Amino acid sequence: MTQHLLITAATLPDGTRADLRVQDGAIVETGSGLSADGGRVIDADGLQALPGLVDLHTHLREPGFEQSETVLTGTRAAAAGGFTVVHAMANTLPVQDTAGVVEQVASLGAQHGYATVRPVGAVTVGLGGERLSEIGAMAASRAAVRVFSDDGKCVSDALLMRRALEYVKTFDGVVAQHAQEPRLTEGAQMNEGALSSELGLAGWPAVAEESIIARDVLLAQHVGARLHICHVSTAGSVDIVRWAKARGIDVTAEVTPHHLLLTEQLAATYDPHYKVNPPLRREEDVLALRAALADGTIDIVATDHAPHPVEAKECAWPEAAVGMVGLESALAVVQEAMVETGLLDWSGVARVLSTTPARIGRVTGYDAPLAVGSPANITLVDAAARSDFDVARLHGMSVNSPFLGRSLPGRVMAVVHDGRPTVLDGALLEPAEVTTA
Amino acid sequence: MKHLLSTRDLSRVDAVRILDLAEDMADVATRAVPKLPTLRGKTVANLFFEDSTRTRLSFEAAAKRLSAEVITFSAKGSSVSKGESLKDTAQTIAAMGVDAVVLRHPASGAAATLAGSGWIDAAVVNAGDGTHEHPTQGLLDAYSIRKRLHGAGSRGRDLDGVRVTIVGDIVHSRVARSNVWLLSTLGAEVSLVAPATLLPGSIERWPVTAGHDLDAAIAARPDALMMLRVQAERMTSGFFPNEREYAREWGLSAERFARLGADTMVLHPGPMNRGLEISSAAADSARSVVLEQVTNGVSIRMAVLYLVLSGNDGTDA
Ligand SMILES: [Zn+2]
Repeated sequence: MTQHLLITAATLPDGTRADLRVQDGAIVETGSGLSADGGRVIDADGLQALPGLVDLHTHLREPGFEQSETVLTGTRAAAAGGFTVVHAMANTLPVQDTAGVVEQVASLGAQHGYATVRPVGAVTVGLGGERLSEIGAMAASRAAVRVFSDDGKCVSDALLMRRALEYVKTFDGVVAQHAQEPRLTEGAQMNEGALSSELGLAGWPAVAEESIIARDVLLAQHVGARLHICHVSTAGSVDIVRWAKARGIDVTAEVTPHHLLLTEQLAATYDPHYKVNPPLRREEDVLALRAALADGTIDIVATDHAPHPVEAKECAWPEAAVGMVGLESALAVVQEAMVETGLLDWSGVARVLSTTPARIGRVTGYDAPLAVGSPANITLVDAAARSDFDVARLHGMSVNSPFLGRSLPGRVMAVVHDGRPTVLDGALLEPAEVTTA
Repeated sequence: MKHLLSTRDLSRVDAVRILDLAEDMADVATRAVPKLPTLRGKTVANLFFEDSTRTRLSFEAAAKRLSAEVITFSAKGSSVSKGESLKDTAQTIAAMGVDAVVLRHPASGAAATLAGSGWIDAAVVNAGDGTHEHPTQGLLDAYSIRKRLHGAGSRGRDLDGVRVTIVGDIVHSRVARSNVWLLSTLGAEVSLVAPATLLPGSIERWPVTAGHDLDAAIAARPDALMMLRVQAERMTSGFFPNEREYAREWGLSAERFARLGADTMVLHPGPMNRGLEISSAAADSARSVVLEQVTNGVSIRMAVLYLVLSGNDGTDA
């Protein structure tokens, strides 16, 4: 089962070029003119090498919603997008709130082999927002859960959030908060502002996100706990996170690719493919998010990959499901929004899409990217490519991408997950070539 | 005109042409046989996912006066089954050979979604979508104001300089939106009066002035005062404390009505909550346009159905 690989002439994140030799799942040698030693050679001349991408926010939908996505299809989408680790959100059915469910999800990922699946544990039983779930059991399980979130729902009860932050600290975990004050967003459909007034769509005000973030950074400071903020979407949220970090509060934050590129103006089409939670915001929010990601105020990009069946988007906007698939387009969108604009170089991309999300999720093996001795998780990108993003690029079960038809740069050409290829020559490998079962 | 989805995208020329065509349609009603053969052989489907007998009957009367066949699908009856999607219902009626769909739907944007979906070929007329627009209501209100001001000399005129004040639940009102866009396109000066909770939070892009004081608005002697219907659910969700306070601050009471300028007309899209947003003294007065609005609604809807179904309307210029 061990594979010998030689990746030749790849451009590393720091701009230098090197060969990488992979054996028994690890990078064993770097340099130039390395010998293939009888293994497979991947010609990476002209390709950008990145450490395998790590998504802290993925909805794999299994168990319970297999008409939208499964662990297999979701991790195929992940591999196609250059990811080697995904964090599977807890809003499954049954909810990932016990050791049994998180172990099942993790083992499905391990069996399929496309990407490491790190389940996220629910903060509260059944995402009900009332009682803490068995956080200790999930942490101690074979899934070794370290990220806890009720994502999709906000832990809005202040006392419960305080307890969660404190309790999770016991297990070196982190609470990832979906910051959405529920009462302020009842029936909300899109960003609240002049456009929502015109369109007659109920507003999702920025203050509903910002007030929760403000409360939670203060709670995190008070109890000395680690806090992660999911999908930050407003300029005001950026200000609060910046303020908190300046005070030394242990907070990290993520932004989604779609919030880095798309604005609320797309809601004027009433096309539900642009309906997402939190909603697309104003141009000035997009620019503030980009600047915050560039200066480190926002730590990472996370996809919030949210597959839905076709019928969930084939209806009037207010009746449509919220969410977008994002695994396959994430790197291209980050290149478009951050690299092409000069805000981030490729080492910055490696930081926000691999090293830092791995650190937040306590995923081992990503702290010394592309170095000898590290597990071989490698993504090779043709950064010079550009094409219209089309449905053939989507490898999950659902096609609710807001980027279809949009010209985007970059193309994932090869992915190595724990020493084994999942993508070669720009094509996703078949399950039989990838499975570890 | 392929569809009528909103008044937002109507030009002044197009809007005046629709109002003028409605004048022609109104003339038909005065004939011994108030019926035109214009749309014989065409079928109009009233597709109502939300109950509105008034609007449905108005469209039905309009279609029949133009000799079109009318099929009605209503959420109240069994024809729109609960939970059936817009797509399935629309495709079902399209399969019956329908030329135009008049759509009332609780979701904002539903008419635009249907028109842009490719699910059906038929023309789409928005008969009210959520809290977005109700364009034929805006048109009939503009028509009614013009008619009151200019009578038989209405044809060809816009509403330049006419001062219209709209009072009430602006934020949830599709009637208010359609009126704001259309009246300002026609040159009217539109002002809005409501408690701050019922005004859109940011209306800087709206071509209006906004305030909270109905007495000041009345003292300014507008040409037209439009009172919007108050929904009981607004009170329970805390937009204002109770009916008493709303009526006291924003209702057109008999006392306020007495202070209204002698030539200020009063409009209401109906159905009215007498004693809440409007008093009987106002509603039943000679300055009330309420019943004319109903009559004019049929003429406007005849004009709109004619334009979307006749193919060539001359308004593309
Ligand atoms: Zn979320």
